[in-house]
Amino acid sequence: MAPETSAAIAVESLAKRYGDVQAVAGITFEVGGGEVFGFLGPNGAGKTTTINMLTGLARPDSGRISYHGQECTADVKRAQHLMGVVPDESNLWPELTGHDNLVFCATLYGMTRRDREERARELLAAVGLKDAAGRLFAGYSKGMKRKLAIAAGIMHRPGILFLDEPTTGIDVASARQIRQMLVELGAAGTTIFLTTHYIEEAERLCDRIGFIVDGRLVCVDTLENLTRELEGRHVVHLTLGSDAGRFIEPLRARFPNVAFEAVGGCVVRARTAAALPLAPLIRFFEEQGVDVMEARVMRPSLEDVFVRVTGVAAERIRKEKEQGGGKGGGA
Amino acid sequence: MKTWIAFWSILRKDMRTYYLKPPNISWGIIFPLAWTLMFFVKTGAGFGDIRSILPGVMALTILFGTTSMLAVTVTFEKKGRSFERLLLAPIPLEVLMLAKTSGAIAIGAANAFVPVAMAAFCTDLSGVTWWQMVCAAVLLSVSSTFLGLFIAIAAREVFEAQTFSNFFRFPMVFLCGLFFPVAKLPVFLRPLSYAFPLTYGTDLLHGAVNRTAQMPGWLDGAALAGSCAVLFVFSLRAVRRKWIA
Repeated sequence: MAPETSAAIAVESLAKRYGDVQAVAGITFEVGGGEVFGFLGPNGAGKTTTINMLTGLARPDSGRISYHGQECTADVKRAQHLMGVVPDESNLWPELTGHDNLVFCATLYGMTRRDREERARELLAAVGLKDAAGRLFAGYSKGMKRKLAIAAGIMHRPGILFLDEPTTGIDVASARQIRQMLVELGAAGTTIFLTTHYIEEAERLCDRIGFIVDGRLVCVDTLENLTRELEGRHVVHLTLGSDAGRFIEPLRARFPNVAFEAVGGCVVRARTAAALPLAPLIRFFEEQGVDVMEARVMRPSLEDVFVRVTGVAAERIRKEKEQGGGKGGGA
Repeated sequence: MKTWIAFWSILRKDMRTYYLKPPNISWGIIFPLAWTLMFFVKTGAGFGDIRSILPGVMALTILFGTTSMLAVTVTFEKKGRSFERLLLAPIPLEVLMLAKTSGAIAIGAANAFVPVAMAAFCTDLSGVTWWQMVCAAVLLSVSSTFLGLFIAIAAREVFEAQTFSNFFRFPMVFLCGLFFPVAKLPVFLRPLSYAFPLTYGTDLLHGAVNRTAQMPGWLDGAALAGSCAVLFVFSLRAVRRKWIA
């Protein structure tokens, strides 16, 4: 194996085309050992295609993939023993019990009987499925299936874990438990490659984040550096005592240097490049006979970066995913 | 060693979850019984003639059993995406596909001996070349299973796989020499007949049971082994082209 210093995952000019669609267009990035790397982008941006190429479920048209310095583009199978994969669907065997699914997955990696039985018991307890271990996977709830799928992905103690939308469409408690598991895995030194459409999830879990749009990796950086770019922008949210929409045009007329938009029913978002004094805004609403219930200065978030980089509202992606994936767990 | 742990595990799981289920076992018993009864109803022959139809019933039992099993197991797992987990496992694709097919091969070959067991109660089976019968059953089971695999890879749904299977199975049944001797088929159909592994399997079984083979045993065996290799290689290529695209 290569020295410890080399990146756990190194991707260079990776490209994949399906017919007329350029799914991934020459992306280059590295993921360091023990790093939690978030891979964000709108639907159809190329996230799953990238994971499929990295894990050996799709063949790249061009580019290079290396694990721990060892190039294996033409034969990712050589590196499959290093990785665990949790796909976007909980694809275990419905006719096996939770316990049997884990044990079976362990045998695929050549684990001995004693080791796999011990590991299955340990993980079933860790994901809170000890009491459901003897039940068929087909009878599990969505959250239970997801937790078992993650347990199956880490049965063989992989050094690199790929997770494709791990908390999509599951209840809040299960999503929270999964996030906690990921934090613990990251702390234990597992390299994690995570795709998610929950921006807050990426914000909370990831050391670095890459944005992919139309198959192109538009930026990769730490959360701190990504949001720093937006720190020069000032955003204020004003919660009104009535509908915000009807004030947008008058506000724009009165304050031409400020960008206004209605957010939700009663919130006005004001954005400007310079510091924004609140008194004139509040006075404006007093003149209109409207109460300002709350005024909040907003710090730039990853969601703001996402919207700026992708040009797609994060809320829209979340809704699209949840409509496709059932009831959402939220972040 | 690790690869073989995975191989046995896949084989054992498939046996437990798919092959050794009551519908499969009852199919393995009812199917040959139904074919035998159909023959007697049609010809009005007695039990003494069982020996003449035994190779045909064995061949059909293997063909229909194995191709149906693969159509269900592989297509079902592909649709449920659990097959992706197998593709992500660090085992060579060749070993994986052998593991997925070994259960069907074993059950197919075992099913072929159900009509033999039935026949043993009704007629004298002395003079049967048993080793040749076993070889024929195993080789035919392997080639039929690999044919089933090839079809299953092309299908997206279980019903599609079953329908595609019939496009192969029925021409094979009518052109393999079971109902009409190959020599009596129209000249333009004979090459097609010789392209089917079932033709050689049936001939080998005829040779083993009644010593009425039309071709030398080594030729039947070689043709069956060749078809197994070709179908397996084509199946692997199809998996790589379609599922690891």
